[in-house]
Amino acid sequence: MSVLVDIAFWSLAAVAVVSAVLVFVVDSMARATYALALSFVAVGFVVVMLHQSYLGIVTVLMMLMEMAVMAVYMVMYMGMNPALMPMSMVHSKRAALAVSVAAFVVLGAGAMLVEWPVRRGEPAADVTAALGEALMGPQMLVMVVVSPVMVATIVGGVVLAAHRTRYDRFGDDLDRRPPRDPARGGVGR
Amino acid sequence: MTLQLVLLVAAALFAVGLYGAISQQVVVMVMMGLEVMVNAVILAAAAMWWFLAPDPTGQVLLLVVLAAMTVEMATGFAVATLWHRARGSDMTDAATDLAG
Amino acid sequence: MAEVTTVGAEWAALAAGLLAAFAAAAVVLDGLLTARTEGLPRGPALWHPVDETARLLRQRRRAPLSADTLLWRIGGGGLVVAALLMVAVVPLGQWVLSDLDVGVVWFNTMDVAVWALVWLTGWGANSAHSLVGGYRFLALALAYELPLMFALVAPAVAAASLNLGEIATAQEPLWFVVWMPVAFVVYCLGVVAFSVRGPFTPPVGIDVAGGVLAELSGVDRLLVQAGRYALLAAGAAFAVPMFLGGGAGPLLPGWAWVLVKTGALLAVLVWVRRHLPTVRPELFMEVGWVVLLPAVLVQDLVVAVVVAGRG
Repeated sequence: MSVLVDIAFWSLAAVAVVSAVLVFVVDSMARATYALALSFVAVGFVVVMLHQSYLGIVTVLMMLMEMAVMAVYMVMYMGMNPALMPMSMVHSKRAALAVSVAAFVVLGAGAMLVEWPVRRGEPAADVTAALGEALMGPQMLVMVVVSPVMVATIVGGVVLAAHRTRYDRFGDDLDRRPPRDPARGGVGR
Repeated sequence: MTLQLVLLVAAALFAVGLYGAISQQVVVMVMMGLEVMVNAVILAAAAMWWFLAPDPTGQVLLLVVLAAMTVEMATGFAVATLWHRARGSDMTDAATDLAG
Repeated sequence: MAEVTTVGAEWAALAAGLLAAFAAAAVVLDGLLTARTEGLPRGPALWHPVDETARLLRQRRRAPLSADTLLWRIGGGGLVVAALLMVAVVPLGQWVLSDLDVGVVWFNTMDVAVWALVWLTGWGANSAHSLVGGYRFLALALAYELPLMFALVAPAVAAASLNLGEIATAQEPLWFVVWMPVAFVVYCLGVVAFSVRGPFTPPVGIDVAGGVLAELSGVDRLLVQAGRYALLAAGAAFAVPMFLGGGAGPLLPGWAWVLVKTGALLAVLVWVRRHLPTVRPELFMEVGWVVLLPAVLVQDLVVAVVVAGRG
């Protein structure tokens, strides 16, 4: 049983690292985006193996959705067609390689050599329920802070990215109804 | 699947992400490097939660990391869109003079 | 956990067979309804799944120049896999393939995987029409996904669990469809939308030469078409423990009721196609965010108040 767990872990870990490397190596933006998605899905499943099923599956969900939308942005900015064209746009490649290898050596050495403390406490019987109760009880502040931050991000992102302001839509006195839009919405506002 | 091995994998992911974040010229590719780094942090945090301190507070920290990653991605892409519309370019090297 | 027993992985073959049977039944029903509307003989519609499978298996596969074959095949073949993974958490009476404690979130993940798969099918073909179809799907998905997610939250809140077995047993006093109608309607809309059927067919519309289906041929086309119907069947099957009481019902055993309810809901979802006009992505975007999302949020509020008041 433990052999199966080890095989599953090592194959997921290999998929995660190899696809993370592929993100920066492959020829097309769609492949790079979905290689990143694959890396995240593999890490999400490892998190599920670490007994946090809710967080792992939510990671997979979020990352699939994010990569599907990010692929649209990648194509928009880089103008690639589905045909594979070699592309390598890097600067200071050797310095970056040196820094990343050094970082791996330092972090890996730390991981292997540090004397990790003994496990403290036992996991709850129902990890998901415990997380939910913690969020709604002692950790309510997190919930209360994250929610407005998310809304602010949505609003801020749209404000930053939209190229038409409300004066373009509603006129100089903000009184033109219906607003002037290139495509009308379904509700007729 | 011990703590050390999972942290080693997380370190490898972090190093790959760092390479991408430093070396890529295109803004969106730098952001993908950052995503890989946050991926590594999520993996490391999940491993430390399970092997060292499995109480719900640690999971809440993981949720915060996930939320932070979404916020970073959303704002990053909004800025990249703005940059692309203003200058028609997507290279980080040319973005050093965003003022004006 | 409810009294649901997990069966071994070899029963996945039975699950796949049931899914295929329901998908074929959906195809037959759609053919019969089309034959009735257009005044054609009914006989050929009954053999439609077998005919189409045979025709497409025989058809020569072709690919456009410089198509990204790896991504294309993953997108096309993945739809059936996503549908099968969706039904892996649905309890058939008292048996289930995987009694996942976060079954609802798993279903949500699989329907988000459909986002990626349909876009990849559109992108991989290196053809303008299929690319337009893929982008149209993302536009529709951005509109229906959030209402669908909040509609999935409502039964989970009422049952205080994300596990499908517990949600099914929590409906013993009253089925959720009775007091969460808005969530049920939005859920059905979401199922029809991620199967690219019903009013949500711009990604495969005839105005873009078939959209994502434009360049598909042979076994790839068979996989995508089968995947669409399989997703519809999987969505209907998932609604049974979520809204329609699971295996509850007089006379028949639990698993029979699950099959009957799945079949009934699947028939309704197939029937919907010819009674609603095709939505346009830009129009539906506003409807999804301004009408559906607030309605589902109010529904969630009502459910939460009821649960809090109940104790």
